[in-house]
Amino acid sequence: MTSLTEDSIFAGMQPIFEDILDAPDIELTRSSSALNLPNWDSLAHLEIMETVQRRFKVKFNILELQKLKTVGDLVDLILEKSVK
Amino acid sequence: MLNLDSCSIDDILMQRKSLRRALSAAEGLQDVRIAILGGSTTSEIVNLLELLLLQSGFRPVFHESEYGRYFEDAVLDPQSLIDFRPDIVYIHTSCLNVQAAPPLTCTEAELPNHVEAELARYRQVWNALEANLSCQIIQNNFEMPPYAVLGNMDAASPGGLSRFLLQLNIAFAQEIASRPRVLLQDVHGIAARFGVGRWFDWNRYFNYKLLLTAEANLELARSLNSLVKALYGKSRKVLVLDLDNTLWGGVIGDDGVDQIQIGRETPVGEAYTAFQQYCLALRNRGVLLAVCSKNNEDIARSGFGHPSTILKLEHISCFKANWDHKHENIRTIAKELNLGIDSFVFFDDNPAERALVSAQLPIVAVPEPGDDVTGYAAAIEHGRYFEPISLSDEDLGRAALYASNVQRASLEAEFSTYEDYLDSLEMSAEIEPFRSVYLERIAQLTNKTNQFNLTTRRYTVSEIQSISEDPGYIGLYGRLTDRLGDNGLVSVVLGHRDGNSIHMDLWLMSCRVLKRGMEAAMLDALVERAVASGILTIHGYYFPTRKNVMVADFYPSLGFLPCPLQPELPEGATAWTLDLSGYVKRNKHIKIEEQIRDQPY
Repeated sequence: MTSLTEDSIFAGMQPIFEDILDAPDIELTRSSSALNLPNWDSLAHLEIMETVQRRFKVKFNILELQKLKTVGDLVDLILEKSVK
Repeated sequence: MLNLDSCSIDDILMQRKSLRRALSAAEGLQDVRIAILGGSTTSEIVNLLELLLLQSGFRPVFHESEYGRYFEDAVLDPQSLIDFRPDIVYIHTSCLNVQAAPPLTCTEAELPNHVEAELARYRQVWNALEANLSCQIIQNNFEMPPYAVLGNMDAASPGGLSRFLLQLNIAFAQEIASRPRVLLQDVHGIAARFGVGRWFDWNRYFNYKLLLTAEANLELARSLNSLVKALYGKSRKVLVLDLDNTLWGGVIGDDGVDQIQIGRETPVGEAYTAFQQYCLALRNRGVLLAVCSKNNEDIARSGFGHPSTILKLEHISCFKANWDHKHENIRTIAKELNLGIDSFVFFDDNPAERALVSAQLPIVAVPEPGDDVTGYAAAIEHGRYFEPISLSDEDLGRAALYASNVQRASLEAEFSTYEDYLDSLEMSAEIEPFRSVYLERIAQLTNKTNQFNLTTRRYTVSEIQSISEDPGYIGLYGRLTDRLGDNGLVSVVLGHRDGNSIHMDLWLMSCRVLKRGMEAAMLDALVERAVASGILTIHGYYFPTRKNVMVADFYPSLGFLPCPLQPELPEGATAWTLDLSGYVKRNKHIKIEEQIRDQPY
């Protein structure tokens, strides 16, 4: 399996965010967050976290989930967890 | 598009909304309003159930209680629930919502008090829902707790939580047995079969108060989907089975009946025996079995004479062994059993046959058996095709009933006139106003009868119940018995009064009693009651659908005259009237039973 890169993670997350936030062609950047993306409420958050972990076959613990603030944090965490 | 029956939870979660859009575009979806009162976060169940119901032909609208307020929203503050007007209320609680669990020091004598205290709270919920709403209620029982603090003793000691939940589940079953509007969802069994270790998701619970894994929520949603289908009469009824390498090991045409694998002698033979036992268990609870095999008929039948066979020819309601395409045979089976193809499940070890049937008859359910007979029963169970909501004598006797239909067909050939044949059947009918014992069956018939159905109006049990109590309606059911068996409740007519007239909202009959004169007997009974309450005219309506062409001329055949159409009727509809003055009874072949009118149901 080819190892993940920041770009491949963004590419993998794009359709997930589009589907869950119901926003086709959404522009995801490192600074994207619940504050600046549409429809990212607590229920959407739950769906995003579940789906992203499944998509990249990683499992976040409760502390890590607490610390996530932006899509950039999420990408870094996926990279960190998938290296192990 | 994904087939939700077989795809993984990951696939569903990653494209949920596009799936929802695609499924919502289907035509003819049936509205259903579902309120979910949860003891934990219910959003994921709603999301998954929505997709499954869409695929099952429903257009669900949901209402969720505020987080954890299942008790308050049902009992103390029910207005928003009342305003929502649900068809179904689902109370989703777990062992975490238990409030009356006993202390470790609890004694055998004290334990029933704790069970009663917990049950009492749920009684309040069910009483309030029954009083405020006319809806079905689905209540889950309890999975085993995540931890057994007392180890194995947790299930034995009166102070163990496992023991308490087991007693509580029994108390739920006993209480619900006396509440026709409450259905039990067996979460205890669902979680046990799935694995309690994979059931709870503590990470998500502490983050989002979402108690179960997504996989577990999908299991729950699948079970709810099958319950909702069952409530609306959409459970499947027929299991069509292949023979070679499906009901026995080997190819009977090549190997001979002595060489097929069935019986206790080999592991493979034992596995096929176990699968036949599973099929027989389905048949004994009312699922019809049919055979559809590419074989010479004589050779195929000889397999059921094998000394170790569990299934006998008498268990098979329709037997097709020939060299025609299987989808054509399935159409023939449907015709002979008078059942819709949408109530069929086709089970065959051969992937090519499965693919062809799926392509030609997409409405038939075609489970994947895998490549091992030891997994066959599980493959059928997984689809939850045959979910019952009650076990009527009707269900238990159905297989026998269809067998006697075949006898009737052979009798018919021996009589010189059809009238002689009808008289020879010694038919008698019970035609009476709706009664509580039959409300469920009446609602079921309104939902599953498509061919002999003049208006194809669907009703829930609750609607039928309120109609049965409303003097503005005349509703009659008909049961038909003959010397070969009890056909059960087979016809329903329903009209509402308007001055001196009655307008027929519904006239339907099960196709299993076609051409028996039952419609004339129903009309006689309707006219008798109508005249007794001062009605002068009956108005009948025919709303055409894809499936009910057979009754296009139903009203004129009973002597109704055409009548100008009212503008609000659907396109293609026809309207008919019958003047009741000088009405002459039409029924000639069915004896009407005079009875039960005063029985206190």
